[in-house]
Parts: sequence; structure tokens; C-alpha cells
Amino acid sequence: MGLKDKLHKLKLKYKGKKMAPAFNAIHTFLYLPNETTHSGSHVRAADDLKRTMNTVIMSLIPCLVFGMFNAGYQHHLALGEIEAVSGGFFSSEFWTLDNLVVGLWEILPLVIVSYGVGLAVEFVFAVIKGHEVEEGYLVTGMLVPLIVPVDTPLWMLAVAVVFGVVIGKEVFGGTGMNILNPALTIRAFLFFAYPTWMSGDKVWVHGAVERANEIAGGAQLDAISGETILGGLAQGKEILAQAASHGKEVTYSIADAFYGFIPGSVGETSAILILLGGLFLIFSKIGSWRIMLSAVLGALAMGLIFNGITNAGWIAESSKFYALMNLEFWQHLIVGGIAFGIVFMATDPVTASQTNKGKWIYGFLIGFISILIRVFNPAYPEGVFLAILLMNVFAPTIDHYVVQGNVKKRMKRLKLKTA
Amino acid sequence: MSKDIRIKKGLDIKLVGEAEKKTATATRSNVYAIKPDDFHGIVPKVIAKQGTEVKAGEPLFHSKSNEKILFPSPVSGEVVEIVRGAKRKILAFKILGDKEQQYVDHGAKDVNAMSGDEVKSHLLASGCWPFIKQRPYDVIANPDVAPKAIFVSAYATAPLAADYDYVLEGKEKELQTAVTALGKLTDGEVHVSVGKNSNSPFTGLNNCTMHNVSGPHPVGNVSVQIAKVDPINKGEVVWTVSPQDLVIIGELLLTGKFNAERTIALAGSSVKNPQYYKTVIGAEVSSVVYDSGVHDEGNIRVISGDVLTGENVKPDGYLGYYHNSITVIPEGDDYEFFGWNKPIFNKISPSRALTFSWLFPNKKYTLNTNTNGEHRAFVVTGTYENVFPLDIYPLQLLKACMVNDLDAMEQLGMYEVAPEDFALTEFICVSKQPHQQIIREGLDLMLKEIG
Repeated sequence: MGLKDKLHKLKLKYKGKKMAPAFNAIHTFLYLPNETTHSGSHVRAADDLKRTMNTVIMSLIPCLVFGMFNAGYQHHLALGEIEAVSGGFFSSEFWTLDNLVVGLWEILPLVIVSYGVGLAVEFVFAVIKGHEVEEGYLVTGMLVPLIVPVDTPLWMLAVAVVFGVVIGKEVFGGTGMNILNPALTIRAFLFFAYPTWMSGDKVWVHGAVERANEIAGGAQLDAISGETILGGLAQGKEILAQAASHGKEVTYSIADAFYGFIPGSVGETSAILILLGGLFLIFSKIGSWRIMLSAVLGALAMGLIFNGITNAGWIAESSKFYALMNLEFWQHLIVGGIAFGIVFMATDPVTASQTNKGKWIYGFLIGFISILIRVFNPAYPEGVFLAILLMNVFAPTIDHYVVQGNVKKRMKRLKLKTA
Repeated sequence: MSKDIRIKKGLDIKLVGEAEKKTATATRSNVYAIKPDDFHGIVPKVIAKQGTEVKAGEPLFHSKSNEKILFPSPVSGEVVEIVRGAKRKILAFKILGDKEQQYVDHGAKDVNAMSGDEVKSHLLASGCWPFIKQRPYDVIANPDVAPKAIFVSAYATAPLAADYDYVLEGKEKELQTAVTALGKLTDGEVHVSVGKNSNSPFTGLNNCTMHNVSGPHPVGNVSVQIAKVDPINKGEVVWTVSPQDLVIIGELLLTGKFNAERTIALAGSSVKNPQYYKTVIGAEVSSVVYDSGVHDEGNIRVISGDVLTGENVKPDGYLGYYHNSITVIPEGDDYEFFGWNKPIFNKISPSRALTFSWLFPNKKYTLNTNTNGEHRAFVVTGTYENVFPLDIYPLQLLKACMVNDLDAMEQLGMYEVAPEDFALTEFICVSKQPHQQIIREGLDLMLKEIG
């Protein structure tokens, strides 16, 4: 008797029992179920929700792997143990075992906690409510470790995941019913619950917090500057330059930012891999190209407006907003989390606009507002997660007006007829 | 005014087992069954009790709500059984067919000399009325409300559907008579849609407006054609008749005989020799399925109709009243190891998520009845629109139906759709939601509440 038959017998045994959803979740993970069509169309296409979610996860894997190497690289670089990379994306100074080991050590626990805690909550809710374990968390669980700083304490992450899954999703009825993107709810919870920890310039590079504590304890060491490019710009520093330097004043080149050799949240730094992931999602028709394209256009538009303001000289160079406003409009896309947010978070179909026209508006506003918040928010110079959460709330309203357009057309036809 | 109807949104599901263009006469069925469930929304009132001898065309029952609508026996013989289910609901009238068929003589008519009312009462009396369906609600037409137009779609685009050009060959006279008769029932026009560049027996008919249609499925669905030619507004009624039923109506008017014979396609990947058969409404499906032979007999699903909208009738079932094809496909009652993430080459997929049907646009597939995944809440958006050519928001309409929001259903265009229009969205649905059932229940609710 093979595994297939054994599991089938177990399934029959658990049928109708309290633990059935938990068993089925594991069973359907191994085997596509033997369910056949009962009403309507007798045949069905190959795609199911698991496959859809799996495709998103596949597009995230490169970001995760890069994030691991980058965590190690930033750590070693900050300690002064290695030189900054000089080659291109495939530079051998970056892809070293040393870097990977640090990354694995730091980031695998984040992944494990994210999936472990989140799926546990999902299972508990499925068993209590008697519905199947739905696949939404497969992607959320992967997104969460990618959008937090590398030195996020695991207990904080666990608390945030519980909050995000319960309040962000389960109270609304589970996957498909939520209003806010669960991964961003988790991120927002971390940001607002532990602001001193999450918004400083020390959590982005592994070891920076530790070193700061040692210095405070009287140790004679150089502090590690772990600030992100956006953090630097918000303080008016010339952190993004033509050529990178890692002397007293750390600067990064455009290529660094594009390839992702910069500090930041785990998975958000490599614009090129995010671009590849986005193209894969568009090609596989899983991600909405409308949202991605319009969000990029929105971000560029806002960037251009700010560039126009600085060019016109309406704002003094001494202004604290000047550096971010003066950042060339397209460079906004390669620093910070906006690229990651646009490709992987804004496109979440449940919380985005559901009509094709609505997606254009929704995406554009996300890009637009992201840059706006980025420039004007002094506390935390990254706006994309707030912008997406805001637009999540407005997505149903956008859809409402788009659908009303269709309704109006129908009413007009009726009037013409009766007139 | 003739119009070309062309759509781009849609999906042609290409399946193995297309019927070969040759026709055999099916072995005579012993028992014929008429299932009141084929006539959606009709509550039957028995006329021919068990044991009655009926002629072909003699009524078996009438509609409880309108006793003028009669439902005739397709053959002559004895009503051997009235099968009842829960709460004594009538499931089927079974008629043991005579060897020599006796027909009720309704008398040959000269259509051109008949008035609209005469045509109507003749069709009602002869039991041909159930062939006429109405939009909105996709039910048998109410004879008391005149339609603004009548639509006939003579272009079948559903997977493995019978080719109307082939099955209607040589029936021009009947079709012309029926079309002329229908034309008297409406102040508007009779619209007939035929495939572009096709060799349809409808071309050259008078008293109707021809439309050439082209594009992927569901362009053959009459809703799509109505929407393009003369969309239904609130309060308007459109009638639809399918072409093979026009032949029966035409023959009745020409000869006075209700002849329920029709040519059907036997198709599907489980059929050994897919081809056309001449048979009768209500015949045992086994009379054609086993004549041709099937692969893997213990593991088949026999569908009266096509794979998207047909009915699962089981091998011992009967041909449905409106169906002109029988499709046999394998059941998919099996598990597939890591079926949700491994690359898929042998199934159709609208995406490219490790599914490779996009590489082979002309490949024909052997699909089984597995749902390929479990039922979930709606998650993915924007995919239904790619296969849904009507100017309607399918997801929003489905959700309105699920929450019984009558106002929203009305505003979003519920009057313009039939369950069959949601067959493709159901096919590609990632959440495996029962779209056609949702729409059917929504239409029923509207019919009950608004009427």
C-alpha cells in the first residue's frame, strides 16, 4: 500500500472531525486532491490557489538569497573586515561563503519564525472555524522576513505576526476577505509598536546595535554606521554618489543601489532582482502589470514634481526636505523599499483594486503617495508601506466608482430606449 | 441590418475526441425519459398518468404556472414509470417506446397565411413551446409577453459541440418555415448568427437578419450576440431558440408531426469512435455511447451536452431535452503527487505559472473531471475579464449574487446573462467557485422577487 492510499484512508478517517482541516492542509500539500466537479463546468483549468501562491514565492526566492548574502556583506563591510565590491553584480567579493553564513544565521530564523508562528495561527483558526487552511499565508510568510530589518528581534517578529494574521486577516474571515495586506500590517505593527527600535539607523546592518551598546558601555571602538540611503538623504547627506566610498563618510554608487549592495530591509535592496521577479510575475500572468506599471509611473511623476520644485528654486538648500526632493526622480525607484512594495505588495489581488481600470488608479496613487511620504516624513523616510496600506483602504472606493461607470452606461442605454 | 460580430476575449478549449463528420442511426432505445428538471423553473402537473399509452407529440405534463405550456412525449408508447424523488418531486417520465411510431396529427399549416396569435397557439398546443426560451432568466418563454426580438445562434463554439452546419444540412425548408413562424411572434426581428465563412444552411433564408460571427468561445453563446446586436434592458424580453429545435418546429408546421428526432454529436476523449448519431430526445445515452465503445469503462463521466454546460447523466442516463451532443470524458477521481507545484504540460491553463499550455496553442487536450484544486474564497482578480466578452464586471456580479443583493444584480447587468456565460470564468477560476450555480441561483432569486 503506497503513501497515496494510506493518506486517502487517513483522510476518510479524519473526515468530519475537528482536526480534518489540519490534516487536509498537509495532505493537499503532498497531493492534489481527488475532488471532481459537481456542478457547472465538468472540466477545470490547471491553476489553483496553491499554484498561484507558489509562483509568487518562486519570484521571491532570488530576493531572499540575495538578502542573505547582503546581510553578511553589510556586516563584514561595516566591521571593516572586507573591502567594498568593485566588480559588477556577480562580483566574487560579494558572493562569498562568509557572507552567506552570516546571512543564513541571521535570516533563516526570521523565515522560520514568520512561517511557524503565522501558519500556527492559520491552523488554529482553520480548526476552530472548521474551514480549510487557505494558502494566503504562504506568500505573507515569505514576504515578512524580506521587509524587516535584519536585526529585528525574533520575539518582536512573532508578536507582530500574530497581530497581523489575527487582526489583519482572520477577523475579516480569512484569505480573500481581508482589507489590509497582512504582511504590511505586520510591518506597520512593528514600526508603530517598537518605533525606537525600528526607525533608528542601527537595525539595518547586523551587529550595529551590539556595537553601539558596547560603545555605550565604554568600549573603544568605531561605531558602525548602518544607516540606509534614505536615512542619509533625510539628514541631508550626499549618500548616493557617482562613485562609492566607504571611508569616514559612507557613500553608495547608483550601481550599488541598483544591484542591491546597500543596507536596508532584508529583501528590498536589490532592484535588479526585484525587477526580474516582477517580470516573471507579469510573464506568468500572476501579478498585475497594470498595478506595477502605473505605480512606477506614479512614483516617477511625484519625483519629477519634486525635481521641478528644487530646480525652480522654490525651496532652500538648507531645508531638511531638500536632499530627498533633489534626488533625481528615477533614482527614487532603486533606493528604499518602493520597488519591492510595488512588485510584491501592491499587487496582492485581495487588497488591491479588483477592476482593471481601478488598478491603474490604485497603482498610480501608490507610487505617487509613496514618494510624497518618503520626502515629507521626517521620522521614517520610507513611505511605500504606508502608501500601500492607505490605498488598500481606498481600493474598494475606487472599484465602486469604476463599477458605477458601468452601471451608468447601462442606465443610459435604458433611458435612450424608453425616451 | 446585418452585422459582423467579432470578439477577442474568450478561450477556445481544444479537447481530444471531436466528432467525425459521418452520421449513423443510433440503435433504438427501449425506454425514453423526459426530465422536468431540464426545463428550469417548471413545476410539472401530470397529464399522462402511469400506464397511459401516448403518441409522439401527446402531452405528458403541463406547467403548474401556465397550463397552456405542454410538454410532449418524444415517442409513442406507454408511460411505464413516473420517477419521483424527495417530497414526491417528479424526476422523470419514462416511456417504453413502440416499435412502430404513432404521431399525433396537428395538421400541416401554411405559415405565411397564419397570424402571430395562430402561430403561438399552434406551438403551445403542439408542445413546441418549451423550445422557446427567454432572456432575462434563461427559462421557458412566457407566451403572454411579446419579445422585442428573437435570437438564434447557429454557430457552436463550445468545446466538442455539434457542428450546426453539418447537423442541419438539408433542413433548409424546415428552418425557413420555423423562422417565418417565429417572425410573426415579435414586432422586432429574428436574428440568426452564423459562423463567418461558414457554409450554414441558414444563409439564404428570408424573414430574418443574418449576422456573421467570429472569435473564440463564447462568441457562439447567444448572450454575446444579443449584447452586440440589441442588448437587453430592464423590462425587455428577448426569446432564443436553438437551431436544432427550429427543425422540429419547422417539421411540425410543414407536416403536422412532432418529430423529436435530432442528429447529435458523440464526442470526448473517452469515446472510441466519436461521430454523429441520429437519435431522439430522451433516448438512453447508452444506445449511442456503447455503440461507439469507450475507453476505460469504469472511469468515465457521461455528459448530456458539452463539457462546460452539460449535465452529468451517468452511463444509464438519457439525452437531455435541449442537448445535441453527448460528451464522454474520464473521471478525475485521483490524487496527483505535488500536483500543485510541478510543471504541467497536459492541462489547459490561462496562466504561465509553470503551466505550459501557452506554448502549444493548437494542442488538443484530454481533460478529466478533477477540479485541480480545492474550493477557496475569491482571491485572484482580473482573469475572468480575459474570457468574458460582455460589458459586465463578472466578479462583482458573482459577488452580488452570492449576497443576494438584488439592486446590485440588476444594475450590474443580470438581465443580460445566462449561467452558460459564466462557464469559461468557472473553468479558469483559481478559487474553483461554482460560477454557473451562483448565477443560476441569482437568476432564480430575481425571477421570484422581481418577476
